[in-house]
Amino acid sequence: MLLNQFLLLAAALFAIGVYGVLARRNGVLVLMSIELILNAVNINLVAFSAVRETVDGEIFALFIIAVAAAEVGVGLAMVLLLYRNRRSIDLTEIDLLRG
Amino acid sequence: MTVPAALQGLDPLTGGDVVVAQNIAFGILSVVMVVAALRMVTTRNVVHAALYLVIVLAGAAGIFILLGAEFVGVTQVLVYIGAIVVLFLFGIMLTRGALGEDEEANTEKRRMATLVGVLVLVVTGGAVLDSFGDTAVNRSAPSLTAEIGDTIFSQYIVPFEAVSVLLLAALIGAIVVARTD
Amino acid sequence: MTELLTLAASTATGLPLGITEGGSWLLRNAWLIPFLPGLSFVGILFFGKRMPRGGSELGVAFVGLAFVLSLLTAAAWIDHRDNFEGEEVHRAVAVAVAEHGGESAEGHADEGESAEGHVPGHPSLGVHNTVTWFEMNDVAFTVGTLVDGPAVMMLVVVTLVSLLVHVYSTEYVAGDRRYTHFFAFLSLFSASMLLLVVSENTLQLLVSWELVGVCSFVLIGHWWEEKPNSDAALKAFLTNRVGDIGLIIGVAILFFTVGSALPGQFGSFSIAETNALAGTGQLSHTALVVASCCLMAAVMSKSGQFLLHTWLPDAMAGPTPVSALIHAATMVVAGVFMIARMYGVFFEGFSIGGSSINLMALIGGITTLIGACLAFVQRDIKKVLAYSTISQLGYMVMALGVGAWTAALFHLFTHAFFKACLFLGAGSAAHAVHSFDMKSDMGGLRKVMPHTYRTFVIGSIALAGLPPLAGFWSKDEIFVGTGGWGLFGGTGGNGAYTFMLVMGVTTAALTAAYMTRCVYLTFFGEFRGHGTPHESGPRIVVPLWILAGLAIVAGFGNLPKGLPLVPESLQERFGHFVEPVASYFPGISHGTPSWSLATASTLVVLSGIAVAGWYYFVKVEAASKAAGESLTELPDGLTTKYPLARMGHTFLVQKYYLDHLYTDVIAGGTKGPVAAAAYKIDQDVIDGVVNAAGENAVKAGNLVYHRFDQLVVDGIVNNSGRASSGAGGELRKIQTGKVQDYAAILFASAMVLAGVLIVIV
Repeated sequence: MLLNQFLLLAAALFAIGVYGVLARRNGVLVLMSIELILNAVNINLVAFSAVRETVDGEIFALFIIAVAAAEVGVGLAMVLLLYRNRRSIDLTEIDLLRG
Repeated sequence: MTVPAALQGLDPLTGGDVVVAQNIAFGILSVVMVVAALRMVTTRNVVHAALYLVIVLAGAAGIFILLGAEFVGVTQVLVYIGAIVVLFLFGIMLTRGALGEDEEANTEKRRMATLVGVLVLVVTGGAVLDSFGDTAVNRSAPSLTAEIGDTIFSQYIVPFEAVSVLLLAALIGAIVVARTD
Repeated sequence: MTELLTLAASTATGLPLGITEGGSWLLRNAWLIPFLPGLSFVGILFFGKRMPRGGSELGVAFVGLAFVLSLLTAAAWIDHRDNFEGEEVHRAVAVAVAEHGGESAEGHADEGESAEGHVPGHPSLGVHNTVTWFEMNDVAFTVGTLVDGPAVMMLVVVTLVSLLVHVYSTEYVAGDRRYTHFFAFLSLFSASMLLLVVSENTLQLLVSWELVGVCSFVLIGHWWEEKPNSDAALKAFLTNRVGDIGLIIGVAILFFTVGSALPGQFGSFSIAETNALAGTGQLSHTALVVASCCLMAAVMSKSGQFLLHTWLPDAMAGPTPVSALIHAATMVVAGVFMIARMYGVFFEGFSIGGSSINLMALIGGITTLIGACLAFVQRDIKKVLAYSTISQLGYMVMALGVGAWTAALFHLFTHAFFKACLFLGAGSAAHAVHSFDMKSDMGGLRKVMPHTYRTFVIGSIALAGLPPLAGFWSKDEIFVGTGGWGLFGGTGGNGAYTFMLVMGVTTAALTAAYMTRCVYLTFFGEFRGHGTPHESGPRIVVPLWILAGLAIVAGFGNLPKGLPLVPESLQERFGHFVEPVASYFPGISHGTPSWSLATASTLVVLSGIAVAGWYYFVKVEAASKAAGESLTELPDGLTTKYPLARMGHTFLVQKYYLDHLYTDVIAGGTKGPVAAAAYKIDQDVIDGVVNAAGENAVKAGNLVYHRFDQLVVDGIVNNSGRASSGAGGELRKIQTGKVQDYAAILFASAMVLAGVLIVIV
């Protein structure tokens, strides 16, 4: 197996994740897309770890999984708050920063 | 940019049966993952999107095992599929009907997102192909869980503690943000 | 069993730590003492509600047991201090004298007989007992006990005060809706403090330090239904967090600094090792300075030193027994004890051996003065005592800062008794009149509450420091320790800290004066409150008398050397048994007591009492008679007559405006403006730049249009102006306010930049 095939798969997932973050209006879906991006990074880390035959990359992947759990918790709490206040989780309606 | 070299990754059938099997497994997994990921970001049903996410995450777990990182693979299944996706399903349930099904009205936004996504793919893919050529992954043996444990609790003890504090902070933060009062 | 612990791996081969694993059973098993109240906490938590007295009997029993055990341990220590003969002790102490004796032998030389500490055969080895908690990278993280003089002293004080507070509380909080909960946390509070006292390493110290903080939060906010109480609890907790950051950083710095001096280890939390290495100059001085400053921040918050003391008066919102426990024996002295425990580090870090004023002495000195000033303007009797505690803690920190270690610990010892007595007395008075306000609800209580009155006056005199009560001896020792007195027999010490002596003596006068005011307002004049107050029950009065008795006699524990009529075997007993004479303790010098200094300070105290007494007992009394009602101040006093005095008064009432500084300026100053600034930047700067660019371009265009021949550049100018204006309009559209649009720009530009980088590199 080549390193590149994993990296390209990760790049593809990353790009799809970016698309999801930018295109979807549903807050929950945006959070899911962020998970996609994080997974792409994890694949990269584990692949490099396999090439170097050390466990450091895997440990970083584990850290990312933990941090992702925290991120989802807080993110979903924010989406719930949004829903409670505005009865909508449409991100295009949140534009208080408009110039 | 040596594109052929990268594509060769899928067909060096010379390395014996194991390599062939691994490459076939990788091919199936990657196709399934990319398709599921694409469906996830395009489907209009949010619950379906969560299920597609499960497929992608399971595929990633498979990739980890393919790379000899069993512990990470198992953790991926436990934490991501077991916990985070359930969390997502709860989130979807609690915000049900919050959004009308008028997604296609926003074609301009999609065009922009597609543009950026393709740009990301081209640049990162190009960078990858440019940098690593035909470096091979030939791990002699799967990484040992004991070794991971040792390393976390010696070399990476400070980041580990930091992550545990972060989790606690996130827990408190989530409660404070989402409570009703 | 008897084995002398040395730093085998140290660069100085076999640097003795002055600790042993031998000693009597009691000393080796001191962990039982914190364990008992801890057990009581668990017991009360799970079974308290089902018990006939709501769990309080469990708390009293276990803390009483811990007190008995502490007394036995103290007896064992007194025996150990002089008579312990371990196998290798002679050799080890000889090594200690040879290697490290230079400075310590010199330091103790002027003490005559107490140089015995370094004579082989008279060791004061701390008793050390550890188990490994976990191990990684060849560093064993241990938990355990280090029992030596200061630890034993604290064990006795904490368990005694805690026991009395437990007994007192059974009456004071009787009928409270969270009676069981209160006793559970009282026990945990005592357990955490006891654990802190016997901690063998800084990590354990940190854990118990935090536990003390949590318990104080819970207890201060015991009646959390009222907003001020829960606010006070939060304030105490958050202010302590500020200092705890310092503690964590300091502990981490010391961990790695010690590690750098030990080959084959990357760190060590052991207090004995840290102090011993710091004392022999094997640690980097810079690291020690930084670590000392960080640890000092922790002391400032926990022990209510100036700048971070603001939580302490507010903590009076808690029930009075808690205030007594916090102020007398547990929470606030934790900081002082920490300095005493890590004295090797501070001694080197702040160069206490030299005469230049160091941070610790300065903070202590300032705190002692400002605390005493603030105590003058309080109406609430507990707040008077709270500021008095701040002031007295300032004394202790100042004493440690000038190198008078024994004096500081001795003051801690005596202060625990008389301050607990005062607090419990104040609680008793407040219990009777259902208020803490001296001016509107107290007065004349001496007739109806004779016991409370007498014990309170005894406590006040001890606090003011009149001979022969406890406060006098410890205060005098601190003055001697400053070494700033040269009249009729110099005092020696670690250097001449005359400035600190002046601060201390000024505070002594202020203390005497504000306690006179407090006693007058509470017990003299006519009763100004409602209802008919009556004396409290025996469970309140008996602890009061015990503490008052101790406030009288505790000072005899450390009679100064050379006092006539007293046998030599009774002189400096406290210093002899409490001060470690081991290589983990720096060699400090002791001042020699001076009759002239003692006389002068007593005169100062008497003049403070005289001035305040004249004002209240003569002038105010006369004015009250004339007015026919019980007044609390003169109607035409200084503050009404002189604007400058009034300004000073307001400044004090507002507590130097520190609370305003913290909440309005610092917290409010960061919270609001950040949000406002983000919005403003978006609105004004970005839009402004875009619009201004367009407008200026148009203006410039017009300027050029008028300045030059319009025939030549007319078209170009108009077009460029229009283009700029149009560009401004277009760019304005980017500011949609939608997160995803911004994200798209972010990703796209990042990728363009990355692409450029790839192409170039």
